[in-house]
Amino acid sequence: MADAKPGMQEFEKSIATAGEVASFDRHQKTPVERLQHMLHSHPALVPLIVLVLSILLFAVLVGSRFFSPFALTLILQQVAIVGIVGAAQTMIVLTAGIDLSVGAIMVFSSVIMGQFTFRYGIPVPISIICGFIAGGAIGYLNGFLIARIKLPPFIVTLGMWQIVLAANFLYSRNETIRAADIETNAPLLQFFGQQIKVGGAVFTYGVIVMLLLVLVLAYVLSNTAWGRHVYAIGDDPDAAELAGVQVQKTLISVYMLGGLICALAGWVLIGRIGSVSPTAGQFANIESITAVVIGGISLFGGRGSILGMLFGALIVGVFGLGLRLIGTDPQWTYLLIGVLIIAAVAIDQWIRKVAG
Amino acid sequence: MSTGTLKGALCAATAALALIGGPALAQDVSACLITKTDTNPFFVKMKEGAEAKAKELGIALKAYAGKIDGDTESQVQAVETCIADGAKGILIAASDTSGIVPTIKMARDAGLLVIALDTPLTPIDAADATFATDNFKAGELIGQWAAGTMGDGAKDARIAFLDLNPSQPSVDVLRDQGFMVGFGIDAKDVNVIGDEDDPRIVGHDVTNGNEEGGRTAMENLLQKDPTINVVHTINEPAAAGAYEALKAVGREKDVLIVSVDGGCPGVKNVKDGVIGATSQQYPLLMASMGIEAIAQYAKDGTLPKPTEGKDFTDTGVTLITDKPATGVDSIDTAAGLEKCWG
Repeated sequence: MADAKPGMQEFEKSIATAGEVASFDRHQKTPVERLQHMLHSHPALVPLIVLVLSILLFAVLVGSRFFSPFALTLILQQVAIVGIVGAAQTMIVLTAGIDLSVGAIMVFSSVIMGQFTFRYGIPVPISIICGFIAGGAIGYLNGFLIARIKLPPFIVTLGMWQIVLAANFLYSRNETIRAADIETNAPLLQFFGQQIKVGGAVFTYGVIVMLLLVLVLAYVLSNTAWGRHVYAIGDDPDAAELAGVQVQKTLISVYMLGGLICALAGWVLIGRIGSVSPTAGQFANIESITAVVIGGISLFGGRGSILGMLFGALIVGVFGLGLRLIGTDPQWTYLLIGVLIIAAVAIDQWIRKVAG
Repeated sequence: MSTGTLKGALCAATAALALIGGPALAQDVSACLITKTDTNPFFVKMKEGAEAKAKELGIALKAYAGKIDGDTESQVQAVETCIADGAKGILIAASDTSGIVPTIKMARDAGLLVIALDTPLTPIDAADATFATDNFKAGELIGQWAAGTMGDGAKDARIAFLDLNPSQPSVDVLRDQGFMVGFGIDAKDVNVIGDEDDPRIVGHDVTNGNEEGGRTAMENLLQKDPTINVVHTINEPAAAGAYEALKAVGREKDVLIVSVDGGCPGVKNVKDGVIGATSQQYPLLMASMGIEAIAQYAKDGTLPKPTEGKDFTDTGVTLITDKPATGVDSIDTAAGLEKCWG
């Protein structure tokens, strides 16, 4: 590279005399191509448009029971857990991985926070830290098996899902810790259930921490070296390696951070349901992957924005509440979400074909 | 393995069997318990009851379970394993009450006694017997209690129904429709949820029977009508979730929540005023009666008889509340805690 332009060499002289050798076809872009290009550079745009349209749709169909500050912030409360778990899932999917164990890590962490407090009488803050350590450790183990032992993420986390869930049921003895007991003895566990009211709008601490987490991660992923490495690994791990990215270390850090975020979700979960229940969060893995996919994040890695995941989760929440208020059979919600998933991936495939 | 050694082994095995077979006849009887999951405390208790009774009667018990509620494949495999294993009888809480029927028929054709526990099969006579809670009665009791507690207010009640899941499994329908009949609502077709036109019904939503689902469903229905003052819940975890949603909008004091199950956390929630009343069922009894029936069948081929006037054996249901309503029999939470499970 250093001596790239010392002047023209002998064999290059013909270039000066030759006419135009080859050129790209720079024809005027059609509006569709321009749209395709814009969506390619702003991956969160599609889910944002769908979200706004679906809110408007239900605002017209249902009216003020849906289109009110209270109802709209209620949707935020209902998707807070999926949003937090989805943040972990987003990072992992960006590396072209997947994590099926997120929900299990979340509920196991919440059970540890609860049982350490109530079974052993450990002070609440220490129990909470123990829950985070457990989440981080399981995430580290996932990352180690994937990055160092080179096992496929799907297989590792499929196994870890079963292991952690079984450990959760064995350890908790299937016992629920009741909300009333937590409220009197360990209110800190319900910290994220507290609310701030602004007019009709209600924000729980859980909602606020979810929004903060997504914003911070959005910044970190797009503006720090570590974040760009995450994208690079998902795009092409070999190229990233050659470019000097420490692929294994970065991958392990992604899964470990994912585990820690799931533990946070576990704490928020206690705030939401009041109690510590080992049967909670059974579908968090599927729900988080749904949010990620509808959010326009490519399952092949390297492309997408964490804000898209948040919009994806909100779209599911909007359809959930909106359709219930209209009074349809709950199956319609699942049917429509299925359609959205397939549509989102179809759009993703189309955007990937963008030229120039 | 050559035929010679195989014959040798068989001879040895027969001899060994002949030696130990005679006196320990009861040990030859083996039974299977197949539950929906082994994580729900209800089924954990059921397993405990079956194990204790099996030990007492000298029956070898093998327990199987689905991975999650609705996992019918694992249950089919378990039934097949039991047939191959030469079990005398199967106790099953089926996840898919009609889907499992062909497999159950195979077992019965092979000479096994099949008893449905907790959840009747569709049709109910697909099993030799059913030991279950009268879920319609369970719903009826809490409906009567709610109507009795509200008195004159019952005619202007705003009622939310927090059901189990969209496929309307039989226990869901029975409890939901039982509540309506108990409360004095015209339930129309008692086999279907949602065909009623009583204006007091705000709506139905599904909870998957857990806290998270209960909270979300309650929030949705409150959004539909914020004046809800009676909530029917499929089970106590869903009720606990509903309470959290009501607390978030400051309405937990003026809403009656009723439920079904009688698990220990649920009964404690009745004591604390989270749930107004709950109908308690008895999984341990279902299982121990089931094991006894298999032992009896193995001994002389007698089939268990259903409760008079019903097409199943009723294992009983009791209303638990600390605020009894006139005309509805109930026990208080202190008595309920002695009989609770999980």
